[in-house]
Amino acid sequence: MGIQAVAEIRNYTINFGPQHPSAHGVLRLVLELDGEVVERADPHIGLLHRGTEKLAETRTWVQSVPYMDRLDYVSMMCNEHAYCMAIEKLIGIEVPIRAQYIRVLYDEITRILNHLLAVGTHALDIGAMTMVLYTFREREDLMDAYEAVSGARMHAAYYRPGGVYRDLPDRMPQYEVSKWKSAKTVEQLNENRQGSLLDFLDDFTKRFPRYVDEYETLLTDNRIWKQRTVGIGVVSPEKALALGFSGVMLRGSGIEWDVRKKQPYEVYDQLDFDIPVGVEGDCYDRYLCRIEEMRQSNRIVKQCIEWLRKNPGPVISSDHKVAPPPRERMKGNMEELIHHFKLFTEGMHVPAGEVYAPVEHPKGEFGVYAVSDGANKPYRLKLRSPGFVHLSAMDEMSRGHMIADVVAIIGTMDIVFGDVDR
Amino acid sequence: MSEKLESLRQLLAAKLGDKIQHSVIANGELTVVVPAAEYMAIAYLLRDDPDLRFEQLVDLTGLDYSTFSGQDFSTRFAVAVHLLSVSRNLRLRVRALAPDDSFPMLDSLCEVWPSANWFEREAFDLFGIVFRGHPDLRRILTDYGFVGYPFRKDFPISGYVEMRYDQEQGRVVYQSVTIEPRENTPRIVRDDNYGNSGRG
Repeated sequence: MGIQAVAEIRNYTINFGPQHPSAHGVLRLVLELDGEVVERADPHIGLLHRGTEKLAETRTWVQSVPYMDRLDYVSMMCNEHAYCMAIEKLIGIEVPIRAQYIRVLYDEITRILNHLLAVGTHALDIGAMTMVLYTFREREDLMDAYEAVSGARMHAAYYRPGGVYRDLPDRMPQYEVSKWKSAKTVEQLNENRQGSLLDFLDDFTKRFPRYVDEYETLLTDNRIWKQRTVGIGVVSPEKALALGFSGVMLRGSGIEWDVRKKQPYEVYDQLDFDIPVGVEGDCYDRYLCRIEEMRQSNRIVKQCIEWLRKNPGPVISSDHKVAPPPRERMKGNMEELIHHFKLFTEGMHVPAGEVYAPVEHPKGEFGVYAVSDGANKPYRLKLRSPGFVHLSAMDEMSRGHMIADVVAIIGTMDIVFGDVDR
Repeated sequence: MSEKLESLRQLLAAKLGDKIQHSVIANGELTVVVPAAEYMAIAYLLRDDPDLRFEQLVDLTGLDYSTFSGQDFSTRFAVAVHLLSVSRNLRLRVRALAPDDSFPMLDSLCEVWPSANWFEREAFDLFGIVFRGHPDLRRILTDYGFVGYPFRKDFPISGYVEMRYDQEQGRVVYQSVTIEPRENTPRIVRDDNYGNSGRG
């Protein structure tokens, strides 16, 4: 044969995003491909960069609390938690024990909220449409719990330096009959909303384990789900540490590290819960960890409800240089009026110093590094977001995998862009 | 916890000797300040020494001390690194001051901890701190073609340029900002005893 076919071998470079339904927001991923195999992944981030850290330098300490909600917008209260803890550490005030329990309660509700979204959308991304419909059903109940306590379904701004904004409500808001909801539907919807918020959550914790079983029937032994996740995005324990992983990403690789257990904050040391750890370090193990974490969070929520029922008390610090006085007292007392006025105009003063406050955020370790020079505003605020670190390992994790696995890897990282870009 | 930190501080003092410029325990955290020249060597030691074993770099951030009140830092820019030892359950903050204010430069820690990669890109992007030996020092969070270092204290909060869609040209154009920066609450630093006198 005289003619030789000369194949032209050429690597393709493609853009994945910034407008791609599986990119979990505005991720532009530049993929260098050899056929269908990823040679190099270069995430371009920053499309949602809002300069939260710089903005916080121009606001008083309290004014930045709502910005924290907008970082990782699926686990709002955990972000607030780290921020409030940083301020509390700098000032050195004690948070009332009831507020600590409320914070833990809502942190765990947030963890369930986050994992429901993470597992639901991860499954959706790689072809299991049903999951997201199921998980969003439960998210609805938990969002109602958010709303009952703060008035907002997502951006709560409920945690404040020194405690939480107000005590848990005695009554759950009810659905009302309207053009769209008949009296019968409303009655059904309101069935578990007759008592207080704690009754509502108690009812939820009883129902929830069965829901988790439902998710597991859909995914855990699902052949397609396993084919898409087992052995995909494997990270060895050493590598996970070197790459700075935290949370489920670290535990999925078999490292037993959880800030709640190892460096307990609030009342985590008084609660009984387990930390699930993976073996293989692949997407499937991380999925199993998330499922088990939801069950454990449910356990913590139960314990918190029990404690909160028995122990009434203040929910915010009585140091009025930090937390505002109650409104009735403010109206009748000159000194409290001055405190109120000073707090809401000039804001609190935080002693000079620096502090790093980490929390076990559903996605990993969320830390707030706050530097104060004694002013009423932060001098520098650095938000250490887990998503940023995890996404930086994208190249490492996806190299050598097929292009379809990139989606599975993004899903398992549980990327949220508010968190990555800040 | 504080005993653990104190013993870590003494251990570091024994291992590093006078390479530590300053070390302090405050708010339950240990901070050591190291000279820029020794920064890299100390990082290796912190990771590899069997008594220290800081396996993980949790956070790295740039700092601009130019308007810091109350304390005089010898240089304008610094880098603060947060380390975590998973095996020993300890945290440590290492701060290195970048020597030259007009061209702040420090060694890159990417070789020591790969997680430093994006954090250093971020510090470069936002503060203009250059990391010697970084494999891929590009901007990360700001726009393509962005000019300036937005987190420096002399960079206005409103920035210098804004974007809008131009009807005539049929594309997005950049123009200088049309909004005035405003400050609703002034920044105030009070002395320590402010508000305490006569508090009944």
